[in-house]
Amino acid sequence: MFNLNKNKLTTLLKVQYSNMLEYRVEIALWAISGIIPFFMLNIWTSNNLNESINLSNVMLSRYFLSAFFVRQFSVVWVVFTFEEDALLGKISPYLIQPLNPFFRYFAQHIAEQITRFPFAILIALIFFLLNPESIWIPSLGLFLLSCLSTFLSFLIQFLIQSIIACLCFWTEKASSIERLLFIPTLFLSGLLAPVISFPEYVKSWIYITPFPYLIDFPANLLSGNNTNLIAGFAMQIIWISVLFPIFKKTWSLGTKKYTAMGS
Amino acid sequence: MNTKKYMKIYSLFLYTSIATELEYKTNVIIDFVTAILSLVGSLFLLTIFFQNTDKIGGWNFEQALVIQGIYTILNGVTNTWFNPNLTEIVKHIREGTLDFVLLKPIDSQFFISLKKLAPSGILEIILGFALLFYCISINKININLWFLFLSFTTLFCSIVILYSLWFLISTTTIWFVKTWNATEVLRSFLYLGRFPLNSFSLSLRIFFSIFIPIAFITTIPSEVFLGLAGLWKILLELVVSGIFFIVSRRFWLFALKYYTSASS
Repeated sequence: MFNLNKNKLTTLLKVQYSNMLEYRVEIALWAISGIIPFFMLNIWTSNNLNESINLSNVMLSRYFLSAFFVRQFSVVWVVFTFEEDALLGKISPYLIQPLNPFFRYFAQHIAEQITRFPFAILIALIFFLLNPESIWIPSLGLFLLSCLSTFLSFLIQFLIQSIIACLCFWTEKASSIERLLFIPTLFLSGLLAPVISFPEYVKSWIYITPFPYLIDFPANLLSGNNTNLIAGFAMQIIWISVLFPIFKKTWSLGTKKYTAMGS
Repeated sequence: MNTKKYMKIYSLFLYTSIATELEYKTNVIIDFVTAILSLVGSLFLLTIFFQNTDKIGGWNFEQALVIQGIYTILNGVTNTWFNPNLTEIVKHIREGTLDFVLLKPIDSQFFISLKKLAPSGILEIILGFALLFYCISINKININLWFLFLSFTTLFCSIVILYSLWFLISTTTIWFVKTWNATEVLRSFLYLGRFPLNSFSLSLRIFFSIFIPIAFITTIPSEVFLGLAGLWKILLELVVSGIFFIVSRRFWLFALKYYTSASS
């Protein structure tokens, strides 16, 4: 299924990176549209809501800044691209190539993240200018761990969306399922409120779902808030190993089902 | 303008777009579920905020529900009309099909703004009104004609402001071609309309009153609904919505002068 070597990977990345640079303004706009966590922070601190969850203003601002970063580098949109390609029949030539088309999409996402990087840094700098007391430097170990967990979070979301994208082979329009799944992701991942602030009846089951590991766990690592390191990574890896076979299965079933335009 | 002709055209638009949407029936059902979940999610977030406090920005939970109701209605309106139509402008300009719109013997803004309709947003509008209805009883609001008149007027004004904002941003496509995600930026800002303006710090309050007028979109209609707004706020809302509408109209006509079709 894979046929991937280093050469192919670097070529894909190079092509997609130059492609993404072409649309850098668009990517800058995407980066701006991700600043919701800062507004949420403003609501939390302006109303002193964080006193009840024992997080100081500074720690909370670091949390939301980290959440912003994690979100920036784990945004996935493969289902939308795939749906368009499937509807327009562009999938056919990709299927002939000796490379799974999802590697192309994967390279697109990585390239987009590299393009996004300077804009995200710029937004963070503006944030630090406005809130100089929240500046912090995470230890190298924690920084690397949080990068890893952000990447794993990206992988989880990429796999989920790829599974949904494969449903295009059956329903043609799969993006509505993605919009449905985005709602729990938005509210439960910790982007708008840290998971520790959730009421008990939610906390009792949330940690077995993938949601807290998408934003909350990497953001807590990066910002230096308390979090269960081993359990977090274990759950991320468990979810990836659950989702990957499902993706493989739907992909192989879907490609058998696929009928190209005109046939 | 010939009202009768436009009414007839609009009923045709309705017919064709509903027929198109029903091609994807499961999609419509999934969108309905999404609308319900989205409201549940917002209420969940609100309960987190109110877990350990009675008031946020001077609004108690029952009052904050009104804002959620208004926001849900407006979001429904956005999903039903603005989103499907105004994101099309980008496509029209990229593919040069705006020519066909301009050649038609009807107003181009009318055609572009109302051609399509996504039925899934209508459920959100219904849910929003249901929530408002519930709010009437928990906030002990006296219903009389004057209250209904003021509430509907301000709600209408906020829809006009919202439409004008969307339309203004979409119009910039004529110069920049790809502003599809500029509306996405607008969307993420409008998202904050589900919280009362006073729950933000002063600088953000000013920002949200002037640059992205969330204050006029959700906060003032909610205050009117609760009977908290003075007459001057209602008048201000009327004036602002009038200005927004006129500016967006003028801007569209101005932008069209710069439109060079795909081949020229």
